[in-house]
Amino acid sequence: MLIETRDLFIHLGQRLVLEDINMGVEKGEIVTIIGPNGSGKSTLLRALIGAVKPTSGQVLRSPGVAIGYVPQRLHIDETLPMSVRRFMSLPHRPAQEELNAAMSAAGVSGLGQQQVMSLSGGQFQRVLLARALLEKPDLLLLDEATQGLDHRGSAGFYQQIESVRQELGCAVIMVSHELHVVMRRSDRVICLNGHVCCQGLPEVVSVSPEYQSLFALDQDEETVYMHRDHHAYSHK
Amino acid sequence: MLDDFLVRSALAGLGVALAAAPLGCFIVWRRMAYFGDATAHAAVLGVALSLVLETPIFAGVLVISLMMATLVSSLTGRGYAMDTLLGVMAHSSLAVGLVAVSFLDNIRIDLMAYLFGDILAVGKTDLAVIWGGSVLVISLVAYRWSGLLLATLNPDLAHASGVSPKREQLILTIALAIVVAVAIKVVGVLLIAAMLIIPAATARPFCKTPETMAVLAAIIGCAASLAGLRASYQLDTPTGPTIVCMVALMFLFASLFWRLNHHSRTRSGD
Repeated sequence: MLIETRDLFIHLGQRLVLEDINMGVEKGEIVTIIGPNGSGKSTLLRALIGAVKPTSGQVLRSPGVAIGYVPQRLHIDETLPMSVRRFMSLPHRPAQEELNAAMSAAGVSGLGQQQVMSLSGGQFQRVLLARALLEKPDLLLLDEATQGLDHRGSAGFYQQIESVRQELGCAVIMVSHELHVVMRRSDRVICLNGHVCCQGLPEVVSVSPEYQSLFALDQDEETVYMHRDHHAYSHK
Repeated sequence: MLDDFLVRSALAGLGVALAAAPLGCFIVWRRMAYFGDATAHAAVLGVALSLVLETPIFAGVLVISLMMATLVSSLTGRGYAMDTLLGVMAHSSLAVGLVAVSFLDNIRIDLMAYLFGDILAVGKTDLAVIWGGSVLVISLVAYRWSGLLLATLNPDLAHASGVSPKREQLILTIALAIVVAVAIKVVGVLLIAAMLIIPAATARPFCKTPETMAVLAAIIGCAASLAGLRASYQLDTPTGPTIVCMVALMFLFASLFWRLNHHSRTRSGD
């Protein structure tokens, strides 16, 4: 395991947000965490990077594992002047070639001199991805990285992730509510609602009663996508 | 050279401007303007305290500012919004300080000198304190620069890179308390926030990286200090407020320039 949690409980203020979470990621695996709003998805990710302290339980990282983190849409205050290049060299200034390589891997070559504020949502997410790649991650953490992007933008972004993963061979943990995209691309799905409702192969999770009841409202949309997915799987 | 009071005043002004500039940038970026204000207001309580205990003013102010700043950062997010908390604490501590000072009837103190500063009365010891504090603040901020920037951008990104936002916040808090303590003699409690925020805000439109903004803010602060000193000498006006007027003027011109520039750029379809 690159990273795993053991009996993880987390309170934010008085509220119990995560309850008895046991999960982990193997080398090279793509794991997706899905769940309704307020189900603790982001909190779980933030616990994995050490930004939230568990009330009890543990987050275990295998020694020396490098983590790249792409946060949910990041707001940068307009009073802070920041070029893309400068932003990527925080906190450590990388070598010129490394910087260029990461930017081209994330599909943002040539944006280096631009101000971060002037980027479109999709460009900014790719810059965040490029910055995460600088760490040469064994594990990439993406927190709703495509929120606010339109359908094409998010499809393009996931494509980029896919090619990055093939290049680096890193594991990926994604948080998403775009069920259709997620189901297709993951090796394993964790369905979260304060606790782990169910986890396993996408095909297994999508037919489980827990998943069905959690996403009952999305049923219509889901049936269509899942239908297409089953189709895709049967051709493999 | 230091025997000339004008030279001493100029050096005091420069010392404060240099330390206030980079710190002021962080206060602007992190939207902590109120925080600076609150810490400065609490300094009056520090003045009263050091008069009662007969300690150097600098020490009393430093202690109270530090306490105020840590109290505010630790109370944030526990029931009250930050600005409400700051409003309560800044003005209560100012009021308590003023009341406390009035009890000291065996000492006649010039309250105005602490509220608005008395840069012309800066002595050699004051100068040493100001420059000592200033060098300390500049080194602290320069040493932690990258971490501070990353924590300012986003706490989670900082965590992921092994930078603790809490620690960076603490460093800023300490630096702020030092600046307040050294600046009280120069611009006074009520105008310290101005020297922190206005140079940084003035520099913003002309900068593409955080570093240039900090340097430009320092230059602006220094220029305003010298210009203000000169103007107050010629016009016989209070020096601290005159310095702040100068920097406010610069801000006005900078924003006008930026507006015009921005406007013409949008028209040319950029």
